[in-house]
Amino acid sequence: MQVKINGNPEEVTGGTVLDLLKTKNIEPQMVAVEVNDKVLDRDHLATTHLNEGDHVEFLFYMGGGR
Amino acid sequence: MDFTEEQINRYSRHILLPEVGGKGQKKIAKSRILLVGAGGLGSPAALYLAAAGVGTIGLIDSDVVDLTNLQRQVLHHTPDVGRPKVVSGKEKIQALNPDVSVSMYEERLTAGNALKIFNDYDVIIDGVDNFPAKFLINDASFFANKPLVHGGILRFDGRVTTIIPKKSACYRCVFKAPPPPGLVASCQEAGVIGVLAGIIGTIQATEALKLVLGIGRPLTDRMLDFDAKKTQFREIKVRRNPNCVLCGEHPTITELFDDGDPYAGCAVRPSA
Repeated sequence: MQVKINGNPEEVTGGTVLDLLKTKNIEPQMVAVEVNDKVLDRDHLATTHLNEGDHVEFLFYMGGGR
Repeated sequence: MDFTEEQINRYSRHILLPEVGGKGQKKIAKSRILLVGAGGLGSPAALYLAAAGVGTIGLIDSDVVDLTNLQRQVLHHTPDVGRPKVVSGKEKIQALNPDVSVSMYEERLTAGNALKIFNDYDVIIDGVDNFPAKFLINDASFFANKPLVHGGILRFDGRVTTIIPKKSACYRCVFKAPPPPGLVASCQEAGVIGVLAGIIGTIQATEALKLVLGIGRPLTDRMLDFDAKKTQFREIKVRRNPNCVLCGEHPTITELFDDGDPYAGCAVRPSA
């Protein structure tokens, strides 16, 4: 099924948001995940299932400034 | 307060704008903007806010200028190496525009001093380089009820968002807490393309001026991410999180605290 990840359409196999993070090799602790404009609590990554057409945003920490 | 003929000349390109005019320029002249960090993001913000005629610019920074800063921190020049950043910054601001008064805080922002300092300003600009400080700024802006313009840069990527406490999503609505130390690289470890500080810092200054003038649409409930490699901006919608530990319905943070060691992990102390 197709979802949008950071604005780009991508074909994914489904499953949970945590599965998607694992596929993409993203450490859950270094990202905030939004599904359809709503931030997911980290505890809900493993229980939130992806649906066709979902908009997923990975927001990485960006801490520089100096 | 009336402008002199010289000031009318100096600010003429602002005064010509219907959204600014003489009235708006007076708002700018009365405004007080705090820059937390007089480095990469703080530099362009300080210079443009000084040029714009902001009444008072506050500079908080405990560091001295280091040679490695000069690749991006355009507020400081080569002869400033070894001098306190707040002193160097004040000199450049006042050379550019003697109308601006500069308050220097040669100290680190802490849970102990943040509210007292923030209370004296209309808008806060985040130009710090570590997560504990970014979270502290977010929390202090919330408790002091001051609009905050957040910025962050790393490698070729930058981000800006504006936070109006209790009205728009705060930093903790999205990022609950700082990342575990060591997991996320700092600019010192990962590098940053110098011009990125200019791009993100000037957007922060733009947002601050809009807030002072009360014009346009602030960058609230949106994170603006910039990818310098692709020269691409992307806007990510965010919203207030009812479960936010700071501004949600049942907050667990009820007073200011130092959330982690700013010198640990993602914030390695610049070489002393």
